[in-house]
Amino acid sequence: MTDPASPDSHRFESVPAVRESLAKVDYLADDGIAGIVYLADRLGKPVLVEGPAGTGKTQLAKSVAEISGARLIRLQCYEGLDESKALYEWNYKKQLLRIQAQRNDGATWDDVEEDIFSDEFLLTRPLLEAIRAEDPVVLLIDEVDRVEVETEALLLEILSDYQVSIPELGTVTANQVPLVFLTSNNTRELSEALKRRCLFLHVDYPDLDREREIVLSKVPGITENLADQVARIVRSIRQLELKKPPSVSETLDWARTLLLLGVEQVDAATATGTANILLKYQSDIARATKELEQDSTLGGDAAGAGAAKPWQRNG
Amino acid sequence: MGEPGDVDGNGRGDAASPPGAGGADAGITAGRHRQHAAAGTVPGTEGRRVDPGADVAAAARPRTVDEANQRLTELGAGVALTELLSGFIVELRTAGLPVSLTENLDAMAAIQHIPLDDRDAFKYALGATLVKNASHWRVFETVFEVYFSLRGREFALTDEQAEAMGDLDDLLSEMQSDQQGEQQGAGGVGDSMTPEELAEMLMRALSQNNEAMLKALARQAVRRYAGMEPGRPVGGTYYLYRTLRNLDLDGVMDKLMQQAREQAPEPLTPLEERLEHDEYEARVDQLRKEIEAEIRRRLVADRGVEAMARTLRKPLPEDVDFMHASREEMASLRKAIYPLTRKLAVRLARKRRHGRKGPLDFRSTVRHSLSTGGVPIEPRFRYPRPSKPEIFVVADISGSVASFARFTLHLVYAISNQFSKVRAFVFIDGIDEVTRLFEGTEDIGEAVHRVNTEADVIWVDGHSDYGHAFEVFWQRYGKDVGPKTTVLLLGDARNNYHATQSWVVKEMQHRARHVYWLNPEPRSYWDTGDSIIGEYATHCDGVFECRNLRQLERFVDHLV
Repeated sequence: MTDPASPDSHRFESVPAVRESLAKVDYLADDGIAGIVYLADRLGKPVLVEGPAGTGKTQLAKSVAEISGARLIRLQCYEGLDESKALYEWNYKKQLLRIQAQRNDGATWDDVEEDIFSDEFLLTRPLLEAIRAEDPVVLLIDEVDRVEVETEALLLEILSDYQVSIPELGTVTANQVPLVFLTSNNTRELSEALKRRCLFLHVDYPDLDREREIVLSKVPGITENLADQVARIVRSIRQLELKKPPSVSETLDWARTLLLLGVEQVDAATATGTANILLKYQSDIARATKELEQDSTLGGDAAGAGAAKPWQRNG
Repeated sequence: MGEPGDVDGNGRGDAASPPGAGGADAGITAGRHRQHAAAGTVPGTEGRRVDPGADVAAAARPRTVDEANQRLTELGAGVALTELLSGFIVELRTAGLPVSLTENLDAMAAIQHIPLDDRDAFKYALGATLVKNASHWRVFETVFEVYFSLRGREFALTDEQAEAMGDLDDLLSEMQSDQQGEQQGAGGVGDSMTPEELAEMLMRALSQNNEAMLKALARQAVRRYAGMEPGRPVGGTYYLYRTLRNLDLDGVMDKLMQQAREQAPEPLTPLEERLEHDEYEARVDQLRKEIEAEIRRRLVADRGVEAMARTLRKPLPEDVDFMHASREEMASLRKAIYPLTRKLAVRLARKRRHGRKGPLDFRSTVRHSLSTGGVPIEPRFRYPRPSKPEIFVVADISGSVASFARFTLHLVYAISNQFSKVRAFVFIDGIDEVTRLFEGTEDIGEAVHRVNTEADVIWVDGHSDYGHAFEVFWQRYGKDVGPKTTVLLLGDARNNYHATQSWVVKEMQHRARHVYWLNPEPRSYWDTGDSIIGEYATHCDGVFECRNLRQLERFVDHLV
């Protein structure tokens, strides 16, 4: 089961090569990320990417698809996802039509039976599509923690053997081993069976330098000075005990906002005034405001809390 | 399934020969090749394979003879590595990480593909294959540091003295040439530096964020201040304390801030000040980590890997005992509780929704039958919504069990949408209702904190008196306890030999739906000394030992 079914020529040369090519498509990977992508390719194993929302988990799969010139096939998971949405389905409407059409030409039962369970009536869903693809693909199974534990079992055959068993057709084996990424926001514990089949990658908030680089590469026109300030303020905010610390995408939104506002030097007033872009909970905003103005007088605190009101978002 | 065996064979075989052989099975392939633009490899031929050995060589060529030797031992005597790895995995398992056989084999396979002397790559390869839960990473890291602390170029302890000195000297002279003689001429060579010079260097390294320099200084500081002697039976924390005391990092921090203030063209705004502070703090933290690592390395060299792994073994966050958690563990517990509550809430909501099937939903069935020409192929059902229980939490918040009560309150409130009503009461020898502190606030942590400071729980002397607290509870709030109410009593039932008043619990059980008792003490301590849990237990529907997050989570799951 650990046998990577017929590995092709490998996609990547070495860890630094992965890193560089990812950087070319504006995905700044750290050593851990690049290393695991490289290993996934070499070992022919899926990667389970876990971490807080907005740290670029899905983006990683997209970027890897881009650099390896592969098509991205995406399966968005949700509660209630089942076989017919994830794997394959028989197009029974068409099958019914077929049977009715056949009735008149006096074909035998065997003919019809053979006919209606053929490729023509098979609707492929993302997982089967990834397996049957002739061209290179990257399969992204997004937010896998949203499906029920039972549904996870659907994935196991694909993840370990890169094949799908369809009772009426037999087993469909992959022509080539696709790179598979599973993402999880960790809203529940995934089953051991699933975890065992994957390489595990925890993507956390980037460190200061990496975040600055990300801002610089993703926000065109931003000055190095501003990017540095943005990264540093975000780091300070993340150190507070918040309900939802700002994610990378929120950092980028904030940087873009500051750029649009023509801010060159972020002071406390600007930071707190635009904090609603970084933080999405009222209590978080209030706390950040208070902390950022920490050293000012008590009156300042009260004013900060009062000023927090207008930015309150609905819901 | 013969494959794992095969892989195992490969793993060992490869380990014994240069890892290039690992490429053999990965390289058995027919024609397909895509972006593989490896220079010089001929596609399709039998011999074409990507040789990880080549990567190893390319990625890090040995620079010295010693190093080359070391690498040869590592590659040639791969068996030693395999053994080291299995020792490593045994230690991970002992520390509580669930490492399966498959994962073990994966790890073996993974390290064939990475350059062995790239320590970080090695670590990530092991991490990705062996650790499947982010909260276990810290434990993994500690074990890794211990097991592989003596491996890798920069960590070699042999001739370390000389080598480290060399580093320091190089850096020093580099810095001096940078600073053009600003530094006084003698400019310290290793041990000949005075403490003042060392402090000066430290300041400069910190303010310039020179990592190599910090590393060298950490090494120097440990050598100079920790006073480590072989075989001395004291823990690493003692050495750490000695080193840090001599370095006076708080003082350094103040000086750095002072310097930042002086260098700024205009006075720093509070925001800038804060940012500077955070920046320096991060650097000082880095230094502290380096010092810790250095001490650990030396201890491992002195005492051996297994002994160190044993002393440094840390419980997983979910296994940390509430009553004996250190401050650092408390912090990690606080961090762990939020994701835990989120998980629990999702799970419970799901459980509620998918509980059982209800009666046929006729309208929905007909609606869905349209796509099959009016034939109701899939019947639809109406899912019942079971009524939500009401929760009364009655918690002892006296010193010994306070943290336990805090976590339980946090957890219960975080999933409060699973209950129709939550009311919280806290007591020591008097009792007070604290529900109001949780109302209208989104910040549970803050509310829990306010409970500790604002609740009026002292009646006489501030020693736990369960009897009195329960009695008052019954007088004041007893009438609110009804058939929908579940009462949670939290505490160690150490009553300081006061009257038990266990009739209250009996009455409670009579009137409420359930009465549960959660005790943060190990079961073996129950009913010893002044613990009277047994007397209350007779009137409870269940008494649970709740010493760590894992047990707490299990209980709450059971509760809904």
